[in-house]
Parts: sequence; structure tokens; C-alpha cells
Amino acid sequence: MSTAVFKHRADQQAEDNGHTKNYLNAGFSAKSWLLTVDHKRIAILYLISITTMFLLGGIFALVIRLELLTPAGDMLQSETYNKMFTMHGVVMVFFFLIPATPAVFGNFLLPLMIGAKDLAFPRLNLLSWYVFTFGALLGVTAIVFGGVDTGWTFYTPYSSTYANSNVILAALGAFFAGFASILTGLNFIVTIHKMRAPGLTWFRMPLFVWAHYATSIIQVLGTPVVAITIILVALERLFKIGIFDPALGGDPILFQHLFWFYSHPAVYIMILPAMGVISEVICCFARKKIFGYNFIAFSSLAIAMFGFLVWGHHMYTSGQSVYASLVFSVLTFLVAIPSAIKTFNWTATLYKGSISYDAPMIYAIGFLGLFTIGGLTGVFLATLAVDVHVHDTYFVVAHFHYIMVGGAIMGYMAAMHFWWPKITGRLYPEGWARFSALVIFIGFNLTFFPQFIVGYLGMPRRYHAYPEEFQIWNVLSTAGATILGVGYAIPVVYFIWSLRYGAKASANPWKAKGLEWEKADSPPIAHNFEETPVVTEEAYAYEPKRG
Amino acid sequence: MDKGFRFFPDQASSVAGDVDLLYFFLVAVSVFFACLIFFLIYLFAVKYRRKSEDDIPKEIEGLLKLEILWSVIPLILVMFVFVWGATLYFDSYTPPKNASEIYVVGKQWMWHIQHPTGQREINELHIPVGQPIKLTMATEDVIHSFFVPAFRLKKDVVPGRYTTMWFEAIKAGEYHLFCAEYCGTKHSQMIGKVVAMEPADYQNWLSGGAASEPMEVTGEKKFQQLACHTCHTDNANARGPSLVGVFGKDVELEGGVKVVVDEEYIRESILTPNAKVAAGYKPVMPTFKGQLTEAGLLQITAYIKSLSKDGSK
Amino acid sequence: MSAKNAALQHHFEDLGQQYESSQLGMWAFLVQEILFFGGLFLGYLVYRSSYPEAFKIGSSLLDVKLGGINTAVLIASSLTMALAVYWAQKGDKKKIILFLTLTLILGSTFLGIKVVEYSHKWHHGLVPGEMFAYSGPLADQVRIFYSFYFAMTGMHALHMIIGAGLIVWLMVKAARGRFTAEYSTPVEMFGLYWHFVDIVWIYLFPLLYLIGRS
Repeated sequence: MSTAVFKHRADQQAEDNGHTKNYLNAGFSAKSWLLTVDHKRIAILYLISITTMFLLGGIFALVIRLELLTPAGDMLQSETYNKMFTMHGVVMVFFFLIPATPAVFGNFLLPLMIGAKDLAFPRLNLLSWYVFTFGALLGVTAIVFGGVDTGWTFYTPYSSTYANSNVILAALGAFFAGFASILTGLNFIVTIHKMRAPGLTWFRMPLFVWAHYATSIIQVLGTPVVAITIILVALERLFKIGIFDPALGGDPILFQHLFWFYSHPAVYIMILPAMGVISEVICCFARKKIFGYNFIAFSSLAIAMFGFLVWGHHMYTSGQSVYASLVFSVLTFLVAIPSAIKTFNWTATLYKGSISYDAPMIYAIGFLGLFTIGGLTGVFLATLAVDVHVHDTYFVVAHFHYIMVGGAIMGYMAAMHFWWPKITGRLYPEGWARFSALVIFIGFNLTFFPQFIVGYLGMPRRYHAYPEEFQIWNVLSTAGATILGVGYAIPVVYFIWSLRYGAKASANPWKAKGLEWEKADSPPIAHNFEETPVVTEEAYAYEPKRG
Repeated sequence: MDKGFRFFPDQASSVAGDVDLLYFFLVAVSVFFACLIFFLIYLFAVKYRRKSEDDIPKEIEGLLKLEILWSVIPLILVMFVFVWGATLYFDSYTPPKNASEIYVVGKQWMWHIQHPTGQREINELHIPVGQPIKLTMATEDVIHSFFVPAFRLKKDVVPGRYTTMWFEAIKAGEYHLFCAEYCGTKHSQMIGKVVAMEPADYQNWLSGGAASEPMEVTGEKKFQQLACHTCHTDNANARGPSLVGVFGKDVELEGGVKVVVDEEYIRESILTPNAKVAAGYKPVMPTFKGQLTEAGLLQITAYIKSLSKDGSK
Repeated sequence: MSAKNAALQHHFEDLGQQYESSQLGMWAFLVQEILFFGGLFLGYLVYRSSYPEAFKIGSSLLDVKLGGINTAVLIASSLTMALAVYWAQKGDKKKIILFLTLTLILGSTFLGIKVVEYSHKWHHGLVPGEMFAYSGPLADQVRIFYSFYFAMTGMHALHMIIGAGLIVWLMVKAARGRFTAEYSTPVEMFGLYWHFVDIVWIYLFPLLYLIGRS
């Protein structure tokens, strides 16, 4: 009932302003944003929150790179440096990468892509944003009141007994962010199962939806385990309960098992949605049906499942049983296969396509290149004897940045450009976008490729000062980070600029397939579709049906 | 110091060459696949550039044979790599019988090293070339990790237990020793060097410096100080079992379970005596927790081990 | 508009879809809960196998009588909850409120007994932390048993407290006549939650109180 009133008022307001009605001009008051249950507005709220956190995490990264320009620890105190890399990790992992693509684009697009009016639980969705933002505020509070210095991995017994920083606050921040992530995952699972438009069978769903389905499963199954682990660390600090404290008979390695049981799958929470984005973008800009739809869809599920069985590959040198290491190693190699399959399929999709090079496609191709390098170096780390040498060195740092930044953030940027017209109804400046994509690609490689080499040379991660022979690679890396920083700053500027000055976007500026493009306006109306769409064809049917 | 572009650390241990060979293989495979993907993307990108705005290409569903091909080839490759990596790992896991032992204790933020012959070092480890060395490692506080890049080896040092690693240096020289597991404020200062010396030089080094007391002697003194010997005697009706000749052997517990007397069991029996009591004895031993440092524990262990070497003490 | 039920939210096509969504959502939530408790159960099992003796000692210091009574109380509350769901599906306002009230009373009884147990442990110095005063054999390991005891039963009690709050909310809704034969989803979903919390206890009771008791 109340929604009818709401809709009526929204229409009235839009007409008063002489615009066509859409979800953005459906209300202008702060209340209409802060109490909205519209998945599209919640996506915007998330976008604002996580962009803020990304900028914060980025500043920490630049400070780290500046310190590492010279071998001596001459710019910061060791303690400050340790806090910098910890907070960079905590902010980027828990408050940016994990929510990024699902909470912004998943939220905005899932209902549009499957022809629903909203997610299954709109109020739960809003709650998840509040929970997330509360968690992020706890994290920021931890930073403002002196920071935290345990590394984002919170390894015990350092975090539980020895560290003298705001561990509990930061850990609770991560706990609440995790809770928000569970709520998002729950909502997605139910939405995908129960809210699909008539005719939209499972194997007609866009691969973006499949990827988010796999992601949601990980969110729901993995996050609670790290949540309870974090609570135990907090209890250990508060009450000395002994579970992780070897001085009281506890086992610090148990923490690592529980932590990585979540945190390895968490990597797939970051990369799977980005893979979904890439499938959409490549099909659109090659105007081709995806090569091997089923293989890509099932490889997402395979990654989600196998991802839960490989956590021990973070612990080859921890003294875990040699047989455990063997099992984890072989399973880790197996989880590499679905990623390889995806990469080959994306490449094959380009074959005999009609390829245009708009910014989203440039990001997608960048993703392919960087993810390939990230994935292949993952094979190095799965290999027992090699990992013993490179574990906890910059080789690992380089590898996971290729996956998380080169993969996840490139995918996120591709999504940002691809759906920006849909979200805002405005076009971004194409020239600047291509230029910044190039700057990011070059800056990224210059930052992180040298780290593979310095890692194999033996430079341990989390080092405030280092031997002189590693300097040359660190100088390159810092130079790259500066370029990368500029690369990320340009889009922030032109996206904001385009909100006011960008050309108006049509409903389907890319001539893309998919309900969000073909059946919804740019920007969409508050309830997405004028009438419930009916799906009659498979995803990415760019070639019109014969006969 | 060499400040130019270096790509590899020294190959200074018996496994370094093997690890590097596997690494080169991986690099070669990776370069091949990366180039293949990059080349195909480049080729398609150029060749299939959109010619006109309403150009619609033909649909290609996918090709099962191709899918299977590019699933199976990587699978075979990675399984090959798995076996190769696992074999090397397995070999570097069990120390050879003739390895000489050295004891390492990590502490925020330094490495304490003790040789069985009594020499103690801080942040330096002197070893002979060509002799397998087994490190038994403990930590007083948080997790550390003993990392020597030139040896291609590292092992975490975990509180509450012993971890071990072994290596054989093949080239004399000084090599970096790093703590690789983040351990707090001065983590990056928990560094040192491993000095590998020709056997003759090593003997000189051992005999030089202040005369030092072998670990087992220090251990025996501690054993007396803590009055361990009042219960652990050879008497038939002693309150504790005799420790002569027990190291490395099985001991039967209350309830018939058998455990091996190793470093870990000795450690547990000193710190938590009632957890695994030998059959036929009462759980009367008090804990010595807080009275012994990790180094002290290792000394007593060395003493108990020495009781099994000649069996006559 | 008139044909639609007032309980139907704007984004669902019909009540059936809305009901199925709620149900799937609740089950997914419970799976998540299983993994949440799973972390604790796993930790408990790891330490139990490392320190069987200490866990025996810890277990025999617990009050089996109070634990047993609590088990009975909770099983009874599951019954009353099931009846509340039954009457909600029939749309009988008075009976819904009656059985929700009974469930609330039983739940509160459980929590009351738990408070008594906790205070006994407190007086005997069995609460891990500064006040831990147990000095028998294997003190450190017994402390770990009690850490798990308090973490597991505490988390369980927290779920009970949240459940009690939700019962009050349901009672208000029921009093306003929101539940009809057509629409009783919230009561049903809460029923699933309540049964889940009971089942967790059904596992906790033998694990903590019974196994290995001499």
C-alpha cells in the first residue's frame, strides 16, 4: 500500500520537474536515500561508501611505496609503517574488494538482469549497507585512534597476545563487514532462485548472474567461519581464554586454518564477480555469444566449491603435516583449471567477432592480460618446493595484487564504465576513459611486475627496511605506484564531471543484449520495468534468430 | 654491495639448483601460455576489428573438443608440476641421518643460535660447507620464520612446539637470514646472516673464541639445579622413570598407548607433566613452566639425548 | 489492488513466490548459522582430541542436572513453538499468542537456569580470564575446555536472547491480527530459527556435559 503512495508521489515529483521519471529523480530528500529499499539506490550508497574506503586504502598504499623508495626505514617509524600496511590490507580487502563488485554492481544489476522489481529482501539489503557502513566506521575509528599493526591476516598469537594496537576495533569492523556480506549473499541466492522473469531459465541467465550466484554461496558458507574466528581472537585479547595462546596450551596454527578457510575463498568473492563482468563486456563489444557458456557457468561453481578445499596452501611452511601440504597442493592445482578454462573461452569469444574498443573493452582486455599473469604465478605458489622459497616474500605480494588489482579492480573498472550510462543516464568522456585505462595498465605492471623479481630474490613482505641490493626493483615499483595513483584519480574526476556535463545516454548505448539494456530505461524507473519482461532467447543472442 | 639488476639470489644449498630448475620450467611454461593468450588476443583484436556500426558476426556456440583439449592439457601440465614440486618438498623434509644439529630460538626481534658444542651466536649462524645441518627451532613469543633465500628454504618457528628444517650449504659465503613471518614492530630488523665456511675454517671458528661449555653439560647442570635427578634415577622404586637410553624409543603410557620419546615429548613432559604419564608412575611431577626458557628446555633435551648416546651415564 | 493481500510486498508477483523466497532465505540463513557454530565445534573437537584428559575433568565439573533440565525445557519450548506455527497457519490469533507466550516463558526459564549455572562457575573460579582459579591437574587445558564451554553456550544463549526479542515482536504482530490462514510466514520462519537453536543445544549438551564424564 505504502509503495503505491510512494510511486504516485515520485511520479508527481518527476513530472513537476519536467523529466521522465526514474529511480534517481523519484525523491531528493536525504530520507529518500537513507531509508530507501530500492536496490539501485542502495547500490549507489554502497558505491559512495566503498569509493571512500578505496581512496583511504590507496593513500596508505602510496605511503608504503614512498617509504620503500629507499632501503633504510627513514620516512616512518617501524611501528607506523606496520600500521600502514595493515590498514592498507584491512581497508582494501574487507571494506573495498569484498563488497566492491557484488554490493555495487550485483545489487544494481541482478534484479534488472533477471527481470525482477527488486531483490527478494529489500529491507535486508538496506540493513546490509548500514551494517557495512557501521563496520567501516569501526575500522576508521580504529585507524583514527592509533591504528592497528597485526597485518590484515591477524595471525595469532601476535594479534591475540602481543600487539598493542586497536586489534579488537579493527577486527570487529571486519566482522560487521562480513555480516553485511552474508546478508548480500543470502539476498542474491534467494533472488536468483525465486525472482527470475518468465522464460528466464537457469541456462539463459547472463554469466554475470552465474558468477554472483557462485560468489553468494562462498559469502554464505565462508564468512560465518571467519566471523566466529574473529570473535575468538577478540575474546582471547579480552579474557585470555587460551584457545590461540600457546602459553596457555592453545594452538596458534588453528587460527590460520580457520582464517584461511574463509580468506582463501574470499579471494574468489573478489574475482568471481569481476569474471562475470568480463563475460558481459567481452560479448557486448565483440557482439558475439560467449564461447562455451556452460563451461564458464560451471567453472564458476567449480571455483566456489574447490575454493573451500585449498586453504592449507597458505601454510606449507607452518609446520603442518607434509601429507596435508601434498593434498592441499594437488587441490590447488585443480582449482587453477576452471580459471584457465574461462581465460581460453574469453579469448575464443573474440574469434571472428566484431570488436570495438570502447573503454569497458579496453579494461576487459587488460583484465585478461593481468589475470593470466596472476593465475600463472598462482601455479608457482601452488608448487610445494617453489612456494617454500617465495612464501611471505614480495612474489606473493605481486601475485595477489595481479589477481586482486589486476583482476578484480580491472573488472570493477570495466563494470563502472560499461554500466555507468545505465546507472546515471549519462555518458562518460570516452577519450579520457581510454587514456586512463592505458595509464592504469602501464602503472600497474610497473608497480607489481618488479615485485615478482624482488620476491624471488628473497625480499620478505612487510619489511620496513631492506638490504640495498633490492632497491632498484623497489624504485621501479614506487614509480609505477605513482602512475597507478594518477590512473585511478582521472576516472574519479571525469565520472563526477559526467554527472552534470556528460551527454545523455540512450537506453542501450552499446547495443548490448540483456534485459537491463533492452527492457529498462537509462536510468531505470523505480521499479525497473514498466511491465514484467518475458525472456524468449538465450543470453548474448547478438545474431538475430534465423527464420 | 651489488646495486644493479639482479634476478636470482645465490645458489648456495644442495636444493637451490633443483628449486631454480623447477622455477625456470614454470617460467618457461608461463611465458609460453601468456604469450599464446596475448598473441591470440592481439591477433583477434586486429583481425576482427568492428568494420561498420551494424556489423553482426556469426554465432559460435562453443566446441566441446576444444574445451576438453584446453582443460586436459593444463591439467596434465599442472599434475606434472605437482609431482615435481612435491618430490623436491618431500626430499627437503626429512633430514639425512648424519645431519649435525643446531638449535635456534627466535625472540622478538633476534635469532639466538646454539651449537651442541656450546657456541652461542646472535643473528649469525656459522656452518660448514658440505655437511647437512638440521635446525631444531623454537620461539619465546610469536611466530617467526627462518628464511635463507640463498638456500631457497624457510620454515616457520611456532610457539609451543618445535619445528625443524635441514640444509646443506654447497658454497662458502655470507648469506641473508630473514624473519619471513611478520612478528611485530621490528620485524624487518630481525635479520642476520648465515656464514657458510669451508670445513677447515669452520673448525678454526669452533675452536676460536672463549672456551664454551657443550649444551649437554649446561643441560645437565640445569637438570641438577631443578632437582630433576631426585626423582628420575636408575633406582627401581624411583618416583620417576629413568631417562637413560629412552630417547628415540617408545614409552608406554597409562592405558597402553605408546609414544616415541622425542624432543616434543620431552618438552611436553616438562611443561605439562600430567598429560602423558609413563605407565607405572603416578602423576606427581610438578610443571616447570616459567622456570625454563626455550633455550633451557633445549639444553635439558640435549642432556637427555646425550644419555642415549653412550648409555652409561 | 483489492485482489492482492495486504501482506504482499510490492516486488513479488504473488504470495506463493513471497513465501518460497522467505523459506529459502531462512534455510540459507540457517546454513550460515551452522557454519558459524561449526567453527566452534571444530575448535572444540580439535582440542578435545589433543587434551582428552583435561576435557574429561572439565566436563565432570559441569552440573549435569541443570543441563538436563535445560534440555527438557528447550525440547518443550520446541513443542510449544511448533504449536504456535500450527495455529498461525490456521489464523487463530488467541492460540498463537498463547503458544508464543509459553515458548517465551520456557525460553526465559532456560536462560534463567543458564544464569544460575554461570554464576556457580563464576564462584568456583571456572571462568577463563583473570579470575580463573582452578588449580587442579592440567589447569591450562581445563581452562581451554571452559573457554569453549562459555563461547559455545554463550553464543547459543545470545541466539536465545535474540529469539526471545523476536517472539515479543511476533506477539505484537499477532495481537494486531497480522497473521491469517493466508499469511503466517513470519511465525513459520521464526519457528525454523527456534528449532535450529534448540538443535544446537541438543548437540552442545552431550558434547559438553556427557561425553567422557566419569
